[in-house]
Amino acid sequence: MLDLITILQAGVASGTVLLFATIGEIFAERSGVMNLGVEGMMLIGAMSAFSVTISTGDPLLGVLVAMLAAGLLSQIHAFLTITLQSDQVVSGLALTFLGTGISLVLGEGLSKAGTVALLPIVSPAWLSGIPLLGGGLALLQQLLSAIPLLGPILFTNQNVLVYGGYLFVPIAWYLINRTRPGLHLRAVGDYPAAADSLGVSVTRLRYFYVFVGGLLAGLAGATISLAISPGWFSELTTGGQGWIAVGLVIFAQWNPVRAMFGAYAFGALRRLILDIQGPTLLFGMANPFYYNPYWGFFLQMLPYAFTVIVLVIGSRDAVRKRLGAPAALGVPYVRGERGL
Amino acid sequence: MSKTTATPDIIQRRLPITLQVEPRLKGTSPGLSIITSLAAVLVALILGGILIALVGGDPFATYAHIANVAFGSLGGITDTLTKATPLILVGLACALAFRMKLWNIGAEGQFYIGAWAASAVVLIPLLPATASPFLFIPAMMIAGMLGGAAWGFIPGFLKARFKVNEVITTLMLNYIAVAWNNFWIFAVWTEGGFQMSPMFPRTSWLPRLSDLAAQIKDFRGLTLHGGFIIALLAAVVVWFILNRSKWGYEIRLIGDNPKAAEYAGIPIRRNIVLVMMASGALAGLAGMSEISGVVHRLQGAISPGYGFTGIIIAWLAKLNPYAVIIVSILFGALLLAGREIQPSGIPKMIQGIVLVCLIASDFFTRYRVRIARRTEA
Repeated sequence: MLDLITILQAGVASGTVLLFATIGEIFAERSGVMNLGVEGMMLIGAMSAFSVTISTGDPLLGVLVAMLAAGLLSQIHAFLTITLQSDQVVSGLALTFLGTGISLVLGEGLSKAGTVALLPIVSPAWLSGIPLLGGGLALLQQLLSAIPLLGPILFTNQNVLVYGGYLFVPIAWYLINRTRPGLHLRAVGDYPAAADSLGVSVTRLRYFYVFVGGLLAGLAGATISLAISPGWFSELTTGGQGWIAVGLVIFAQWNPVRAMFGAYAFGALRRLILDIQGPTLLFGMANPFYYNPYWGFFLQMLPYAFTVIVLVIGSRDAVRKRLGAPAALGVPYVRGERGL
Repeated sequence: MSKTTATPDIIQRRLPITLQVEPRLKGTSPGLSIITSLAAVLVALILGGILIALVGGDPFATYAHIANVAFGSLGGITDTLTKATPLILVGLACALAFRMKLWNIGAEGQFYIGAWAASAVVLIPLLPATASPFLFIPAMMIAGMLGGAAWGFIPGFLKARFKVNEVITTLMLNYIAVAWNNFWIFAVWTEGGFQMSPMFPRTSWLPRLSDLAAQIKDFRGLTLHGGFIIALLAAVVVWFILNRSKWGYEIRLIGDNPKAAEYAGIPIRRNIVLVMMASGALAGLAGMSEISGVVHRLQGAISPGYGFTGIIIAWLAKLNPYAVIIVSILFGALLLAGREIQPSGIPKMIQGIVLVCLIASDFFTRYRVRIARRTEA
């Protein structure tokens, strides 16, 4: 039977991958740099997280290395587009090739590795192990899990990184919209010349936020390989989620909160596609996906088709409301040159 | 524009020398452009070699192996050209679209749909197996091109009509095309439960060099097929379109200066759709050539990422259709030999490094960089 709670619960979990990647890209694009290399950075992150965790047994170290590795990779894109003023589309593509290639080379043979210490599920028992706050957190988690509907979906049996996502969305929103660094970030992406004239270093901030985007893409990759679907399955590990994240940024209109809803919806869709092929009966009728297993290929198309649809909606909205895209997105900043 | 425009602040402040960067005002000479491209490839090979050494491989042996497999014998050379055939066509597809700054990243999907449509001619069947090759081959070519063009129409229309970013739509359509292809080979055209269609009748095969083995003994086992000729002709056609036709002038003007093109009354939206379809048709033709010339059936893994390699090829060839041929042959060598190289990701990694170095090298064709001693200001 299709269980809506299970689908939404799994959707929030696997949507966390898209959540981190999308918000990372939002940071980079808000500063004016579009980075199409998300897929490559996620692969580097997934590979290094899994690899480090296998060899050290410490998943936390795996996450850190994954973030740093993807962050380092992102700096190639930053150098090419900010310093050398190369085309951001081509450079981002190059980054994906490079990230994919490097992760395939370094990840060779990883898939054969055995079980690995994974990131923990948040449970009262695990929370009690935290010094000082442990007891309080455990109580809080039990209370949250008891909320009808939302409790089972959001707070029961979820990985620690999924909880990380809940905390991260409001923080990202607050940073961008309510703080001075956030104001600088938006200024650099919307009107770099004005930001520059007020003493904000456009170059330095853009490098920094491309790095932030890289860190978060690495975290997204680590979320896959250490929590959501553990392991290293070469390019199939991400399966195009990096590109879906880039598409979601447009749907989200560069807003972390909208990004969250988009990411969770896509996560739920992924789970629905798996689950819908199971039961023999669907809404009281014979389930066509059960009796025609090859129709599954059409189900597989859905996330990608939805990304296109979501892009059309997002692009139309952006045109209609004249809002969304940072004005200087994709435009290199050259001091003293006319333009934005 | 001031003289030291692009120098990063950090370099200026901390080093005893400064790098002076001036834009090249007169444009770039073709010679310089070729030299920087070659230098970029050289640097990429060195970087790739270092990375290969770091993961425990022997870079010299790896490169020597690639050269030997690809060019060491007549069989090797024709195999390389066979590998280069689809690359030339997808490289042309990308070059044509990129010339208009239209980022068609969907050549891979257009390749699959082209292969599927060409297969449909044989497998539905639209033509009986006994039909003449002179009927079969053109019909499959047209079907392949129509399939690719249809797949290119979707992102083209969405961009022209709704301003939807074509990078992401073309990419998403790649995944959809592969799933579509899988559906047909698993569910409809499967041969005895295997994930492949039955073998095509010989009348639908592109002629191969080995067909002449009865007359010329040395041709025995050579895989090079008529698709190579088609690819060479396509390069000539694309060159003519871009450089000698009114349409090509429009494409180049939109690519270089969309504002000017708009003021000149050039229909930008219509060209977005048309160029996307033409680009898709070329990629679809590549798919047709591959299944009719090499695979002879429709199956799952007909492309090891040709569509993506085409992007790098177009860029390395500076979007010049004739240069696409030469670059494709080099990449054909890399792909051919790459099948035997361990770890298997190395060819992909080298491709990535080449592209990064290439983009970086473009900077030197746009700017003149001089090292100057730092003077006290």
